[in-house]
Amino acid sequence: MSAPLLSALIFFPIIGGFSLLIVKREDVQAIKIMALIISLIEFVLSIPLFFMFDKTTYLMQFTEHHSWIPAFNINYSLGVDGISVLFVLLSTLVTILAILVSWEAIEKKVLEFFLSILVLEGVMIGVFCATDIFLFYIFWEVMLIPMFLIIGIWGGPNRIYATIKFFLYTLIGSLLMLVGIIALYMKGGHTFDVIELARHSYPIKFQIWLFLAFFAAFAVKVPMWPVHTWLPDAHTEAPAAGSVILAAVLIKMGAYGFLRFSMPILPQATQAMMVPMIVLSLIGIVYGAVICLAQKDLKRLIAYSSVSHMGYITLGIFCLNSQSVEGGILQMINHGVVTGALFLCIGMVYERTHTRVIKDYGGLASTMPVFGSFFLLFTLAAVGLPATNGFIGEFLILLGSFIYRPWAAFFAATGLVLGAWYMLWLYQRVFFNPINKKVVGLPELTTREIITLLPMVGLVFWIGLYPDAMLSFMHVSVTHLIDQVQGSAGAAKQVAAIVLH
Amino acid sequence: MINTALVSWKAFGPIVPEMFLVCIGLFLIGLDVFAPKRREFLPWLTVIGCLAALLMVAGEKDIVGFGGMIICDSYAAFFKVICLIGVILTALMSEHFRRTEGLNQGEYYSLMVFSAVGMLLMASAGDLMVLYLGLELMALSIYCLVGMPRNDGRSAEAAMKYLLMGGFASAILLYGISIVYGLTGTTNISQIAKFTVSGNLLHNPALLAGLGLMLAAFCFKVAIAPFHFWTPDVYDGAPTAITAFMSVGPKAAGFAVFGRVLLTGFPQFHDQWGILLASLALLTMAIGNITALSQTSIKRMLAYSAVAHAGYSLLGVLSGTAEGLSATMTYLLTYGFMNMGAFAILVLLASPGNRRESLEDYKGLAKTNPMAAFLMLIFMFSLTGIPPTAGFVGKFYLLKAAFGAGYTMTVIGLVIFSSISAFFYLRVVRYMYMSDPQENISLDFTPGISAALGIALLGVLGIGLLPGSVIGQAATALLGQ
Repeated sequence: MSAPLLSALIFFPIIGGFSLLIVKREDVQAIKIMALIISLIEFVLSIPLFFMFDKTTYLMQFTEHHSWIPAFNINYSLGVDGISVLFVLLSTLVTILAILVSWEAIEKKVLEFFLSILVLEGVMIGVFCATDIFLFYIFWEVMLIPMFLIIGIWGGPNRIYATIKFFLYTLIGSLLMLVGIIALYMKGGHTFDVIELARHSYPIKFQIWLFLAFFAAFAVKVPMWPVHTWLPDAHTEAPAAGSVILAAVLIKMGAYGFLRFSMPILPQATQAMMVPMIVLSLIGIVYGAVICLAQKDLKRLIAYSSVSHMGYITLGIFCLNSQSVEGGILQMINHGVVTGALFLCIGMVYERTHTRVIKDYGGLASTMPVFGSFFLLFTLAAVGLPATNGFIGEFLILLGSFIYRPWAAFFAATGLVLGAWYMLWLYQRVFFNPINKKVVGLPELTTREIITLLPMVGLVFWIGLYPDAMLSFMHVSVTHLIDQVQGSAGAAKQVAAIVLH
Repeated sequence: MINTALVSWKAFGPIVPEMFLVCIGLFLIGLDVFAPKRREFLPWLTVIGCLAALLMVAGEKDIVGFGGMIICDSYAAFFKVICLIGVILTALMSEHFRRTEGLNQGEYYSLMVFSAVGMLLMASAGDLMVLYLGLELMALSIYCLVGMPRNDGRSAEAAMKYLLMGGFASAILLYGISIVYGLTGTTNISQIAKFTVSGNLLHNPALLAGLGLMLAAFCFKVAIAPFHFWTPDVYDGAPTAITAFMSVGPKAAGFAVFGRVLLTGFPQFHDQWGILLASLALLTMAIGNITALSQTSIKRMLAYSAVAHAGYSLLGVLSGTAEGLSATMTYLLTYGFMNMGAFAILVLLASPGNRRESLEDYKGLAKTNPMAAFLMLIFMFSLTGIPPTAGFVGKFYLLKAAFGAGYTMTVIGLVIFSSISAFFYLRVVRYMYMSDPQENISLDFTPGISAALGIALLGVLGIGLLPGSVIGQAATALLGQ
């Protein structure tokens, strides 16, 4: 591949975003249309990734490599493999939807808003494409700036508290990871290249420290229990587009970080930390679900359900077998689609009612029937009904965790039951029940809103009925990853045995 | 006879930029006296003079002059460049500043140039006496600059405080130098290291005491806790452009001296000063960042932030490695750009009679002046150390160097305190973007301030995105190579 496709994907939206500055500030309509066109072009640009991706190799594809800071051996190197490629596509899709859902909702500083969203898009893609850990870190941190502004400027009443909390949590985690990255560089032969770093073997104690340093950054981002507390606030206060991007892409980066860095580079530590990570995931699953039952705020409920669902994902990842890891990655996409869609829905209804309190709703199914059916579909996908995408992911994770330890699968399954409870109960309270005065006469979804939701519906069924469309991307890469983790641990044991003899 | 004349002229080679600057300084006073109507040219002449000096410094070859008293190496050149950039940016800011503050005197600019001469001498000092001379020349000029607005009580107080404290620090420095001289019999920095070994002084407590006194004086100059108490008051009281100048130029010169004395003069004592400075660095970061949290005036906040950044910069020096020094050098350069940028916004916002130094004054700036707010946003994120700005590159290099030298706990301390610093830097961003404006401020982007902001922005983003060449320069400018 000679054309620098990934660079184009990263920098097109950033440059596009700044090109909005040439439009007159007052010409809101032109800004919106231009932003939408940029995001659509970006999506079209990303389509070759789907069709030209070689599913038979675990090696990085569409690679680019340029020297950046020669004094430190830092390179601008990009590439995607079976683990990351789908997230790039998810990011380009979700950005379009985020722009569409903000069409009417954003009234002040419109230019800055779309600029932030587009810059964020480019940076997110950078996170998934970077194969140099320093470059990864740059994108990882830059991401904080637009997100900080999106929550803080266009968010709800308590937005300042939420955005500062989000920023500080993530920053502390990231900086600890930075120390880890520097340590890795010193021990790993003075390189930041992910693949080179994974070839080295490190002493186990060093690996554990490093694992913890990376854990600080990734666990906050996922978020894993007990460092999840920023998420409900950020989700609740963010504007609809912010919530959607946060749920669909940003929090996936934590799990992606585990897959891309912690596991291949620190295989023995990963094995050693397996049980603690699984236990934390299980606590997250059950805790998140129980908390959901007590929520009075629509967005907060979905936010806590994210904590629970992300627990499944980390559970899948750390059970370290190909079913569970593939399930975990697929569930990352699924959660992005479903929770993203739920936040889109909430954003649409919030625009009409300006309340997020569940009590203020009731009987919405009769005032907004079309909206009700969309919401029902996403609710069912969230609880994992067969034929929807949620079922496939959860099934694979449960299967994988059962292979590892039946008790893990048992606890995870209780989360499913609770999940069905809180989601269906939410649906009942919002859409059935007697009609609340506040929702009488609400206008039905507009065409723009239906168009926004349709791609998500398509994905729900596409993945639900034909999961191999997505899974086929990952098979080879995941198998290779599992080999790296299990294999090098095995090899280390052999070496130890030889030394002992 | 002709030959000797040639030789004696050649001997001045190492201090050509300094002599040139002295001429510029005198010329500026002359212009002020004899052509008072041409005062608007003063800042531009300062800029041109410093640019010329900058070119001379960049073109200098490695030479040692005056019997080892002046050392012109790439280490010195790097620091000289930082100081001169500081002067240039301050002069550009002053072009705007004089309109609001009425600081029109010619001596304002010539004092700035004279202090630059002092800094340049400090950077290339190979001898403790030259070091002291440079330091005093710099300090005396700055005392006057701080007290320049004669009718302002705060400035007078700041100048007085600075003079007294500075005088005290100089005395301590001299005392330290005299002890070291008494024991080693030399004031030449590289000779000191030799005599320490040959004279079997490695465990001499008196020499350690002398070193300690010198360190205390240096710590005072660069505002390392617990010698930082003058900083907030002086920074707050000084005219804003001079505050910006003080936070960059003298600090860089101070660190140049710090590095040269410790690494050339006392490398054998690294075990002692390494750990001492590591604890001082932690203390400085803690005091600077935590106290900055509770400030309501942006100028005071930036003063405490300057203290904190001195703590960060110290990390490279205390590593005691060549890499550490180049990290400190890179950091000071990046800090120069971002801090000057932030202060330029302060200068830009001030109007006659209303200095707008309170954080509250920044509320809603994004609405009234999107351009100024956006620039301030970039400088604030850079001071926090978020990529893709220069602040991140500098911090990364420091972390890497200190980690490589084994100061893991100090590194973790830096990381934690810089997360804390995010809170107060972001408060500025928050006020600008997330609050409603209280008054409609109309800003006047004069050529000087625009140029200063442009250069600062270019520095912050340029080093942030393409740090390769700067780091390469710093890495090759290692001491003694």
